[in-house]
Amino acid sequence: MSPVIEIRNLTAVAHTIPILRDVSLTVNAGEAMALVGESGAGKSTIAKAVLGILPPAIRIASGEIIFEGADLLKLPPAAMRELLGVRIALIPQDPLTSLNPARRIGDQLTDGLRLRARMSRADARAKALELLNDVHIRDPEQVLRRYPHELSGGMRQRVLIAQAFSLNPHVIIADEPTTALDVTVQKQVLRLIRQLQRDHKTTLLFVTHDLGVVAQICDRLTVLYGGKVLEQGATSEILRHPQHRYTEALLAANPRYDQPEHSLRPVPEELIAELKREISA
Amino acid sequence: MLIEARNISLDVPDMGHQVLFGQRRKLRILSDVSLSIERGETVGIVGESGSGKTSIGRTLLRLYEPSEGQILFDSADITHMPQAELKPLRRRMQMIFQDPQSSLNPRHTIGAILRGALTLHGLDASEPVLASILDRVGLPSSALKRYPHQLSGGQRQRVGIARAIALKPDFVVADEIVSGLDVSTQAQVIDLLKGLREEMGLALAFISHDLSVIRHICSRIVIMKAGEIVEEGDTAETFRSPKTEFTRTLIAAIPLPDPDPAWLES
Repeated sequence: MSPVIEIRNLTAVAHTIPILRDVSLTVNAGEAMALVGESGAGKSTIAKAVLGILPPAIRIASGEIIFEGADLLKLPPAAMRELLGVRIALIPQDPLTSLNPARRIGDQLTDGLRLRARMSRADARAKALELLNDVHIRDPEQVLRRYPHELSGGMRQRVLIAQAFSLNPHVIIADEPTTALDVTVQKQVLRLIRQLQRDHKTTLLFVTHDLGVVAQICDRLTVLYGGKVLEQGATSEILRHPQHRYTEALLAANPRYDQPEHSLRPVPEELIAELKREISA
Repeated sequence: MLIEARNISLDVPDMGHQVLFGQRRKLRILSDVSLSIERGETVGIVGESGSGKTSIGRTLLRLYEPSEGQILFDSADITHMPQAELKPLRRRMQMIFQDPQSSLNPRHTIGAILRGALTLHGLDASEPVLASILDRVGLPSSALKRYPHQLSGGQRQRVGIARAIALKPDFVVADEIVSGLDVSTQAQVIDLLKGLREEMGLALAFISHDLSVIRHICSRIVIMKAGEIVEEGDTAETFRSPKTEFTRTLIAAIPLPDPDPAWLES
């Protein structure tokens, strides 16, 4: 398996507070890699660093992100813009704030096709219809004419998935793409992402806090705490035999309807204290 | 029964329908819902977005006035009771909100937030009382001088709980109170709520979209869909053998942290 994204010793700070601590991880071609952790773990920061959209307050102190032989962190903004949407695309968390409320779905979906793939208006429209079909949207002709607020949350998320896959990118970064959805819709959307990922042989970097979601769609996972990688490996291996005590505690904290006696247990305070000492050392 | 809803329906004006004169068309968001909760009992109300689970909670507290049916609180009919008469009962029925960020006044200290709730009902709001309330939810008394933004999400939710229990209520509606929290914080808040329920003999309506959390804290479960109750029963029993296809689908849609290649396809 060949690495598609290689993050090497990435360290980031906000003013003087460390946000990422010496993070190294490799995402191989065609696999789905999960970044898992609680808030403040740094999982979204890693995703934003790859996309080059870190907020100004966060500064990369050292490290590199290798993609197709180049360090993304050293790429000039113009070259980065060429890459985004075309080679690396994003499925964002919140479909309502990620779509322009004042523009029709059709216009938003064809922007990339016309500007980047240089398609004619008619070709882009035909491609957009095909994309909406791929994400199982019924009556795509109608949907192209709609505004975002006229669609349900699940439909909006499907539109964003269609948009992410529209230019057939090498890598897709999905940032909590199903967190805002109802469980039944979540399942449909996960199935869709997995299916498209396999069909297009896309490499997927999946940011989530939900170990249940990870188990069902990611091949490998990286567990983060306080900006540090604690554990990395095959999903089935880590979830069955967690090596790090924090991973184990996270699994025990996860509420499970099938094991009410053995789940939803708070992460022990002494473990948190120990982790805090460990990461600052 | 401490709180009982008998065949309640709730209509709201349909804002999507424009009218020039007269009344707007009505939209029925709860229809013929019956539900009762005893002292010390926790009932989970679950459903997807738009199912009416939040509306039922708010109607039980008479934050909404039902269009049909009857609500009884401690055998008093509060269905159409005027606000002035409701006020003494309000102390006994409280609500914990989903998002403490927006339900706690950002310009008030935690002390002022708790004091407000107590003085509104003419109760003692001295420093030691406030400190003991915070202690019950596991916060240090130094938090009294803090503002909501200076606390973590879990701590803010503890303040939301503190404000509700400060009045020693009999009935509490908890509406999605752990959905914004990390799993480890979620577990702590649920533990806290369980402890308080036992200590105070609370009747609790626990509203959530998360069936797994409901499984842990509720003895009875009510499943809602499109403003109606589709299934109701003992929680363990309902998970073991759901009576409706809808409930079966809801449970099957929850991803468990065990890799199962068949799950996505099922």
